[in-house]
Amino acid sequence: MPEAATVETVAVNVTINVNRKPYSRQIEPRMLLVEFLREACDLTGTHVGCDTTYCGACTVLMNGMTVKSCTVFAVQADGSEITTVEGLEKDGKLHPIQQAFSDSYGLQCGFCTPGLMLSTHQLLAQHPEPTEKEIRKAIAGNTCRCTGYMNIFKAIRQAGRNLKGA
Amino acid sequence: MLGQLGESAKFLAGGQSLIPLLKLRFANPEHLVDLNFIPGTSFIKEDSGALHFGAMTRHAEIEHSALARKIPVLHDCAAGIADVQTRNMGTIGGSLAEADPSGDWANALMTLDTVVHCLGSSGARTIPLSDFIQDAYTSALAHEELVTEVEVKIPPKGSGGAYLAFKRCAPVYPTASAAVQLAMAGDVCQDAAIALGCVGLTAIRATEAETALRGKVLNDKTIATAAEAARAAADPQPDMRGSAEYKRELVVALVKRAVHIATRRARGEQIEGSHLYA
Repeated sequence: MPEAATVETVAVNVTINVNRKPYSRQIEPRMLLVEFLREACDLTGTHVGCDTTYCGACTVLMNGMTVKSCTVFAVQADGSEITTVEGLEKDGKLHPIQQAFSDSYGLQCGFCTPGLMLSTHQLLAQHPEPTEKEIRKAIAGNTCRCTGYMNIFKAIRQAGRNLKGA
Repeated sequence: MLGQLGESAKFLAGGQSLIPLLKLRFANPEHLVDLNFIPGTSFIKEDSGALHFGAMTRHAEIEHSALARKIPVLHDCAAGIADVQTRNMGTIGGSLAEADPSGDWANALMTLDTVVHCLGSSGARTIPLSDFIQDAYTSALAHEELVTEVEVKIPPKGSGGAYLAFKRCAPVYPTASAAVQLAMAGDVCQDAAIALGCVGLTAIRATEAETALRGKVLNDKTIATAAEAARAAADPQPDMRGSAEYKRELVVALVKRAVHIATRRARGEQIEGSHLYA
């Protein structure tokens, strides 16, 4: 294994808009986006599951598209628009996607749920009435170890209907 | 700029291969130069019989591109890489530059007439893909050089291709993959290119399998002969994804299926060829 590099890191300034609010912080360039959200912004709704680009618990929207925030440096998100699960509700009311996950029992322990709801967000923006195949493809990067996914499929279909009615 | 930062500096494209490698301490650069803010590096265009992809074009952009569908292998590949989140970030240029032995692009593109345009401090050069990928995690890029564009010739009419990977689940690398590109005249195969992924230090061209198809009427027997030749060409390592034997067996099945899809596409059929999951 190579020797750990001993480089003096210079802190850099970034401004990332999280849930429509600018967060300006001085950070180490190596800081991951998920660390920025949880530690620098105190938004702990975005979870760290595997930290290996596998489980999707850290999924957030970056300029409307889902990314695994454990595999993006915070500096790469400088100036971008990030949406986390905290940004879904509006005026104290659950987002139609959140309401659907709640009503359809689309969760058990809830650890994967923030990531799944954001993957649902991108899916429904592209396919308002997704087929089962489209749903499977859309959430292939989100691992749930409780539900067996069936209620998640129901929740996503319900979310599509909720959004149409909204 | 990379020159000023010294030997261990590296370029950062989408980061979907590099950041996991950094976490494993397999790469330990002192500096990263982020390419994401450079305008004009993400594009898909058709020009003089070829498709041109900017190095920073995301897999998702290729997946949803009508232009890229002109070469079905490219759509198969782009739409099957990992999961939505990874495809939104990962880039075609970064994937090739990383030269991961399990990466999808190098394998899929190897069956096509592909060149990689590079730019460095000593100027621009164009490298055929087969020379660009040199070894596991080793490309022909010099330290201060980067990929600017990937150029793929559009195959002639009567051609068809398919790229299939077998994966344990979406986010992981395939256990094995096969890319097939055929030029057909009726039932007779005029030309064939077959490449195998994840079963060697780089993607492998199965040249004997190609010979087994060239000039032949494609039927179950000729296709089975080619698939057996592909089994012999594979050089897999046993690992947590399976034994060497198992991966060779997968290669046989994947080549057969990919040839069938490629044949139908050569006839002009629009069919989805999607990856297979355990």
